[in-house]
Amino acid sequence: MTREERIERLYEAVKERILILDGAMGTMIQRHKLDEAGYRGERFKDFDRDLKGNNDLLVLTQPDIIRDIHSAYMEAGADIVETNTFNAQSISQADYGLEDLAYEMNVAAAKLAREAADAWEAKTPDRPRYVAGAIGPTNRTASISPDVNNPGFRNVDFDTLVEAYSTQVRGLIDGGADLILIETVFDTLNAKAAGFAVEEVFDEKGVHLPVMISGTITDLSGRNLSGQTPEAFWYSMRHLRPFSIGFNCSFGAEQLRPSVDEISHVTDTYVSIYPNAGLPNEMGEYDETPEQMAALLEDWAENGLINIVGGCCGTTPDHIRAIAKAVAPYKPRVVPQVEHALRLSGLEPFVHG
Amino acid sequence: MSTNAAQNFVMVGERTNVTGSARFRKLIEANDYAAALEVARQQVENGANMIDINMDEGMLNSEEAMKTFLNLIASEPDISRVPIMLDSSKWSVIETGLKCVQGKAVVNSISMKEGEEPFLEHARKVLRYGAAVVVMAFDETGQAETAERKFEICKRAYDLLTKEVGFPPEDIIFDPNIFAVATGIEEHNDYGRAFIEATRRIKAELPYVHVSGGVSNLSFAFRGNERVREAMHTVFLYHAIQAGMDMGIVNAGQLGQYDDIEPELRELVEDVILTRRDDATDRLLDAAERYKGGASQKKEADLSWREKPVEERLSYALVHGIGAYIEVDTEEARKRAERPLHVIEGPLMAGMNVVGDLFGAGKMFLPQVVKSARVMKQAVAYLMPFMEKEKQELGIVDQPAAGKILLATVKGDVHDIGKNIVGVVLQCNNYEVIDLGVMVHSQVILDTAKEQNVDIIGLSGLITPSLDEMCHVAAEMEREGFDIPLLIGGATTSKVHTAVKISPNYQRNQAIYVTDASRAVGVVSGLISEEHRDGHIAKVRAEYAQMAESYARGQAEKARASIAQARANALKLDWKAYTPPKPAFLGTRTFTAYDLGELARYIDWTPFFHAWELKGTYPRILNDDKYGEAARPLFEDAQEMLKQIVGEKWLKANAVVGFWPANSVGDDIELYADEAREVPVATVHTLRQQMARSTGKPNLALADFVAPKDGGIADYVGGFAVTAGIGEEDIARRFELANDDYSKILVKALADRLAEAFAEAMHAKVRRELWGYAPDETLSNEALIAEEYQGIRPAPGYPAQPDHTEKRTLFRLLDAENEIGVKLTESCAMWPGAAVSGLYFSHPEARYFGVGKVGRDQVADYAGRKGWSLEEAERWLGPILNYDPKQSADAAA
Repeated sequence: MTREERIERLYEAVKERILILDGAMGTMIQRHKLDEAGYRGERFKDFDRDLKGNNDLLVLTQPDIIRDIHSAYMEAGADIVETNTFNAQSISQADYGLEDLAYEMNVAAAKLAREAADAWEAKTPDRPRYVAGAIGPTNRTASISPDVNNPGFRNVDFDTLVEAYSTQVRGLIDGGADLILIETVFDTLNAKAAGFAVEEVFDEKGVHLPVMISGTITDLSGRNLSGQTPEAFWYSMRHLRPFSIGFNCSFGAEQLRPSVDEISHVTDTYVSIYPNAGLPNEMGEYDETPEQMAALLEDWAENGLINIVGGCCGTTPDHIRAIAKAVAPYKPRVVPQVEHALRLSGLEPFVHG
Repeated sequence: MSTNAAQNFVMVGERTNVTGSARFRKLIEANDYAAALEVARQQVENGANMIDINMDEGMLNSEEAMKTFLNLIASEPDISRVPIMLDSSKWSVIETGLKCVQGKAVVNSISMKEGEEPFLEHARKVLRYGAAVVVMAFDETGQAETAERKFEICKRAYDLLTKEVGFPPEDIIFDPNIFAVATGIEEHNDYGRAFIEATRRIKAELPYVHVSGGVSNLSFAFRGNERVREAMHTVFLYHAIQAGMDMGIVNAGQLGQYDDIEPELRELVEDVILTRRDDATDRLLDAAERYKGGASQKKEADLSWREKPVEERLSYALVHGIGAYIEVDTEEARKRAERPLHVIEGPLMAGMNVVGDLFGAGKMFLPQVVKSARVMKQAVAYLMPFMEKEKQELGIVDQPAAGKILLATVKGDVHDIGKNIVGVVLQCNNYEVIDLGVMVHSQVILDTAKEQNVDIIGLSGLITPSLDEMCHVAAEMEREGFDIPLLIGGATTSKVHTAVKISPNYQRNQAIYVTDASRAVGVVSGLISEEHRDGHIAKVRAEYAQMAESYARGQAEKARASIAQARANALKLDWKAYTPPKPAFLGTRTFTAYDLGELARYIDWTPFFHAWELKGTYPRILNDDKYGEAARPLFEDAQEMLKQIVGEKWLKANAVVGFWPANSVGDDIELYADEAREVPVATVHTLRQQMARSTGKPNLALADFVAPKDGGIADYVGGFAVTAGIGEEDIARRFELANDDYSKILVKALADRLAEAFAEAMHAKVRRELWGYAPDETLSNEALIAEEYQGIRPAPGYPAQPDHTEKRTLFRLLDAENEIGVKLTESCAMWPGAAVSGLYFSHPEARYFGVGKVGRDQVADYAGRKGWSLEEAERWLGPILNYDPKQSADAAA
C-alpha cells in the first residue's frame, strides 16, 4: 500500500470509528533496563559522552527493541504508532553531543515503525496501520524566559526552532511516516515554529501529510505552561488545518476531562487525546490500571468527545488493549460546523463574528 | 455610541504606537520598557480588545524594539491575555513580531501598493505564521480615495486572498483608508462618506470580512480642538458602524455618545462627514473656534483672566499672545499712569520679562514669543500718538533702549526669516532694532551703523556666497575703524567659518557666531553689558583662535585624490544596456499661476517647524510633549493662512521647465538645441568628488549620469525654476505695517514651503508626464519626501554642485526672469526668495551626493572650463576648497 492510499483510508476510517493510538514508549524501554553499554551499542562504544537515557538513540543502537515495542502496541490494537523521536532534533540532542545525527535518527525511527506496521498490515490487509512521526517540544521554551530576573530573555528563538524541526521533519518523511504529530506542546510558540517547519518542508518535498497537534495541560487551572487556555491554543494552531487537535500527557484522564470537553466543542477538526496513566505516585510511577483508565476514556467516547485515543506516560500495551476494547462500541465524535468568525488569541481566546 | 452594532465593535488600543504617541515613543527610546508595559496594561484595563504595537521610528531599531517589547509582554499575563496587532510599514518588523507571539495575532498591514507579487508573498507568509491580516485599500496606483476605488481594490484583494492563497475570509480585515476631511481642500470633503459607502459595499459583497480604520486621521484638520475632534469621531463611527465597520484603532477613552453631542455641533459635523452641503467645511471651521478648549467649564476659566487687575491682564495677554483686548487694556492702564511711557516701562515690560524668562527657561518657544511680540507692538503702537503729543507739549526725551542693534541680510542674499525672528526676539527684550532688510550693500550697513551709533551689527545669510560677503563686511569694518561686535548667523554660517575666515578680518573687535535666534538675546546682553563685555569677547577670541588652529592642523591631513585619479574612478554606467528615455518635448514650457491648493498637498512640514526652531518631525511634533503645545497652534495658524493664501490668491506660483538633448564631455555636459547635437546651446559644468577612495566607491560628478558624447547615445537633461513667492513681499509688508511680525514671518515661511512643494510636484509631473519615464509612479507625500523615486533634481549651490554660478546658465536657458519673474542677485541668490531651481537627471542610478572638498588641480581645471581666473574660481568655490588659497599662492610665489 502506498502512503497516499493509506492516508486516503485514514480519512475514511476516522469517520467510521474511534481510532486507537499507541501507549508510552519510555515506559516500555525502561522494562529492558538498558545500561550505558546498551544505549551505546557497537557504533557509539567509544563516544566521549554518557549516552544512557538518550532513548531516541536506540533506533540506531537497539532497533530490535524499538521495533518490538511498536509491534506490541499494534498487537494490542493500535491503529497509529508514534515514532521514537520525541527528542530527536538537534536542540535536545545537543545535550549528548549528537545534534548532527538528528536526520539519521528520524529516518531510522520512521523506517523501524513502518517495518513493524507493514508486518501487521500483511497480517490484516483490511486494516492499515499508520506511523505518526512524533515531534516533541524540545527542552527550551520560546515564550518563557529561563531567567526570572530577566523576563525579556529567551534561550531559543523561532528561527532556531524552525531549523531544528525542519531537519527532523525531513527525516520523518524520508523514513516513511504517514502523519506528523506535534506533541506535548507546553509552549505554543514552539508548536507554531514546528508547524511552520512542517509546512515549509511539505512545500519543499511536494508532500502533504496529515498533521496531528497535541498540547499538554500543566496545571489544574487548565492552561499550558505558556499560559494559554485550550480554546486559545486551538486558535493559535488552527491555520495549520490539522487532521486532529487534542491533548496528551498532562495528568491523568480524570483531571483532563474539562480541557477535553472545551477543545471538543470549539474545534472543527478531529480530537485526539492520550493521557498518562493517572498522576504519578510518590515513587514517580504511574499506577492507574488498564481497567481504571479504560473506564474513564469510555465515558468520553460515550459522550462523543473524541475521535482518536491512546495513552501517554505509564501506559502499556495492556492499557491500549483495554482502551481499544472499551471505546469500540461507540461512534466517533461528530466534527461540528463552526461559524465564520475572526478567532484570535492571546492567552485567552477572542472571537469576533 | 448608542447603536447595537457598537456592542460588536472591536476596539484596538492605539497608545502603544511610537508614531501615534509621543509618550510611548519616548519610553521606548529611553529603554524604559517597564513604563511602556504600563501603557499596554492600561489599555487592556480600559477595555481594549487587542493592542496595536508599532515601533516604526527612524531612530529606533524597530525589529529589536518589537521583539523586546513582545517578549516582555509575554511575561505579563494581564496584558498578553489579549491578542496583539503587529503594526508596521516594514515587513521585516512584522515578521520579527510574528516570530515572538504564541497567540493568533493580526498583521497590520499588507497591500498591493507594490503589486500583486509582494502582496501574495506576504499574505502566504501571514497565513503560514498563523495570523489574521489587515489589508489597506492601496494598489499600484495609490491609496484609494473614492468609494468606488476603495471597493474595487478590496474586491481584487479578496479574490486573490481567498482564491490564490486560500486565506480564510473571516481572517481578512479591510482598511479602506480614513483620511482627513474639512482640510479646506475640496477633494478631501468626500473622504468620510467615501469610507462609509465603501464599507457598506465591502460588507455586502465580500462575505465574512471585517472593516477597520484609524479613526483619528479623520479630524486631522482640527488638531488641538479636542471637542470638535471627539464629536467628529463619534459621529463618524456612528454612521460607519451602521454601514458595517466592526473594528477600529481608537483611543477608547476619547469616544463619546452620539446622543450626547450638542445638537448644533452634531449637525455641523454630520454635514461635513456626510457632505450634506457645499459650505459644510466653512461652517464647521467657523463654529470650531467656539468649541475650542474642550469642556465648557474650561471656556469660562479662559475668560476669568478678564476679571483681574489691568496690570495682570496685560501680562496675561502678552504671555498668551492674545491681542483681542490689548487696546482696551492699554487704554485703561494709560489713563491710570502718569505718562504713557510708564505703561510701557511698567506693566508691558513686566509682561515681556515674564515672556523672556519663560523663553529662557525653555518653557515658551519661538512661535509663542513672536506672538507675544505682536501683542506688545500693538500696545506700543496704540501708545505712540500719546507719546508724540506729550513730547511736543512737554519736550520730554525718551530713555534710550537697552541697546541698538543693526540687522541685515548681506548683499546678494534674500533670505530673512531667521533674521526677522532674531529682530522680534531682541525687541521683546527692549533692544532697539534697525532692520535694513535683505540684499544690503556693505556700504549701506556701515553708513547706517555710524549714523545711528549702533552697539552691535548682525549679519545674516543663507547661501554660500554670503559667507564671502560677510568676510568682506568684516574687513570693511576693520578698515573704517569700527570697534563694535559683529554677529554672524544664518543657515550656511558656522562657528568654524566665523573663527577661521571672518574673525581674522576684524581684529579691532570681534565677530561672533550665533547658533540660532533663541541664543541671540543672551549673546547680545553679554556684549552690551559694560561689566561683562570684555570678558565675553576675550573668551570668544580665545576659543576661535584655538578653533582656527586645530582647523588648520586638520586641513593638512585630509587626503585627496588627484583630479586625474578621481576621473579614472568615475562612475561607469553601462550605456550599451540602457536607452535613455526621451522627454515629451524639447525646449521649455512655462506654467503660470499654478494651483496653490494642489501644491499645499506636497508640503513637507518638518522644515517649516525647524524654521521656528521647533525641532522634530511632522506630524509627530504636534503631539510632542515638549514642543506640541507650541507646534499645534502654529500649525493651525499656518493651515488657516494657507487657506487664505490659496483662497485669496495671495501668492502666484510660476514654473518653467525645459529639456535638451545632452551628452557628457569629461566632467561637463553639453546641451544642444536639437537632435542633430552639433552646436551646444550651453555647457553645464560639474565638479567631481576627490575623496581618496579605497572602498571601490566611485568619485562622482553629475556628468557621470549622462551618456558620453563619444558613445553616440542620445541622452537628455532637464532644468527647472519654480517660485511660489510672487506677491510675497507685498503681503509681508502689509503685515509689517500692521505691526504683525508673526504673520509676516509665517507668510514667508509658507511661501518657502510652497516653493519647495512646487519643486516636488513639478518633479513628479516631469517623471510621470513631461519626461514620462515613470508614468505609473504613485507615491505618497512621505515617500516623496524620502526621495523614493527614479531620477534627481540637484540644485546649483547644493552639495552635488556647490557652484551657485551654474544658476546663470540655467536661468539663461530657461529665460527664467522673463518667464516666471525670478531674478538672480550678484551672489546668484534667487529673488523672490521663495524659489527653487535645478537640473533634472533621469538615469536610475542617478543619486544625490556631496562633492566635498576639492583640490587645487580641479579648481584650476574648472576655472579653465568656466573661463575664470583661478582667483575667481577660488572665490566662488571658497567653502569647498581643500586648501588655503593664500598659502598656496605664497608657496607658488
